[in-house]
Amino acid sequence: MPDTPSSDDKPRPVPRPRPPAAAGADRPVRRPVPKKPAEMPCEPWEGPLPAALQDRFGDSLTRVVLLGGQKLLVADSAEAFEVLSCLKQEHGFDYLVDVTAVHWPDKSEQFEIVWTLYSFSANERVRLKAGLAEGQLAPSVTNLYSSANWLEREVYDMFGIEFKDHPDLRRILMPDEWEGFPLRKEYGIVQQDSDWVRENLKIESAQ
Amino acid sequence: MAETTLAPPEVQAETLLDSNELVLNMGPQHPSTHGVLRVILKLDGETVLGTDCVIGYLHRGVEKIAENRTFQQFAPYVDRMDYVAAVSNGLGYCMAVERLLDVEVPPRAQAVRVILTEINRIASHLLWLGTHALDIGAITPVFLCFREREEALKIFENYCGARLTTHAFRIGGLQYETYDTFEKECLDFCDLMEQKLKEYHDLLTGNRIWVRRTKGVGILNAADCKDYGVTGPLIRAAGVEWDLRKAQPYCGYENYDFDIPTAETGDTFDRYMVRMEEMVQSCRIIRQAVDALPEGPIKGKVGKVIKPPPGEAYVSIEAPKGELGYYIVSDGSLNPYRVRVRPPSFVNLGALDKMCRGSLVADVVAIIGTIDIVLGEVDR
Repeated sequence: MPDTPSSDDKPRPVPRPRPPAAAGADRPVRRPVPKKPAEMPCEPWEGPLPAALQDRFGDSLTRVVLLGGQKLLVADSAEAFEVLSCLKQEHGFDYLVDVTAVHWPDKSEQFEIVWTLYSFSANERVRLKAGLAEGQLAPSVTNLYSSANWLEREVYDMFGIEFKDHPDLRRILMPDEWEGFPLRKEYGIVQQDSDWVRENLKIESAQ
Repeated sequence: MAETTLAPPEVQAETLLDSNELVLNMGPQHPSTHGVLRVILKLDGETVLGTDCVIGYLHRGVEKIAENRTFQQFAPYVDRMDYVAAVSNGLGYCMAVERLLDVEVPPRAQAVRVILTEINRIASHLLWLGTHALDIGAITPVFLCFREREEALKIFENYCGARLTTHAFRIGGLQYETYDTFEKECLDFCDLMEQKLKEYHDLLTGNRIWVRRTKGVGILNAADCKDYGVTGPLIRAAGVEWDLRKAQPYCGYENYDFDIPTAETGDTFDRYMVRMEEMVQSCRIIRQAVDALPEGPIKGKVGKVIKPPPGEAYVSIEAPKGELGYYIVSDGSLNPYRVRVRPPSFVNLGALDKMCRGSLVADVVAIIGTIDIVLGEVDR
């Protein structure tokens, strides 16, 4: 509460006197130590599928884990297409659920591309991630899955990641003449929006 | 907005003289595009040679907004994506954050979640049925469907005060206990729906015009559905018996007895029949959930400050339109580091070109209607 006189002239309540100190009160007050955030449970993923993948791809699969109970693979971006192609053709992951990316500006590989796959026959979901440096091309999986077409266009639109051999790589949600990529962490949304509105709609932005 | 890859006018004129090709613009202000969808059609006479969708008119940057809000603050925003099925959106988001936090939701909260989500599924399908029939030229169903949808919205209004963007659930459970006549109103709604669905069948299912306009139109077979990532009633109409409520049960769906309706050919009529049957199955689930509604707390052990540990999770549910997924990355702070929404409407709309090729231009209207898109979710 701010230390300004209140508008009404009611006397402020007098704080109740503290109860007499119990024995041993001269000891320093023990404050609770702030708890460190718990880690998500992460354990190695074992079974025929991860074993087959590790045999085939060796060190280019850097992580094969169950993160919070969900199957996660991390691969080199150079091998990512091969891993996806192997998952589809040899292990029956016939449904590409999602392609997206995460931007980590402080890492040397700034972008992380995330593919989520599902197998109808095994009722199993797998997530594959690959790091990507700024300006590096990502592999396009449009010739494996038709659904990748729009999903990759959205990743390009939002992050500026270009996909090699994509048949029709152009913006999908933002206007074609838009500058910048909105889901990058350094992107300031208000400034960009005001500029675009002023230029294209000839009015001042309401932001 | 975005100009497409059309040739300059003089080249167009030349090619138009050489062939019968015509480029026709449909939307974004067109009554049967269900919002602001622009479809550019390349026609040869009345036959569609190809389509190009221009979307993004409703883009609000929901995923960017998420990064600047706390986990609780973002929860109402998800209702604004698929505003016809806001309860499903909220359920998916809450489940994803609960997964990050590793929180158990009490049984009573789960049962109420199931009841409200299924009522919302019926409301969403009713809106689809009304507008889809209207697009094809049947005026009456839209009035009947909106009349019944009103009853569903009244239940939401009585429960949480909002009709469309409900924000009915909270991370960890529910905010509100149910009201006195909740169970009765839910059962009355099921009675009403089962009676009215017969009425819709009488109006449409045997109607010759309806059958001629929908049978064999916009066929998408099972292999194409998987290839294009198409889910929900569309893939079930193509004969794949796949529903996330059965395949990977969540929220206690494994306790309820219901069937997955399927069809064979995957045309517009099949998708109509699948959705009609889904409403019947939803009524079955609601009845079971209301009958066995357990007593107990409605919120799990969630602190006032929601701060999941660093990590990530992908959680998906069976929304009325298909697989709705949330991929959330947490860096251990109060705000999500990244929220990705895997929208069923967006991915399903990606198959529009495949479904339209070779059909007549009048059928494009039927096909857009049968995909059941909500542009708020396509554009986010």
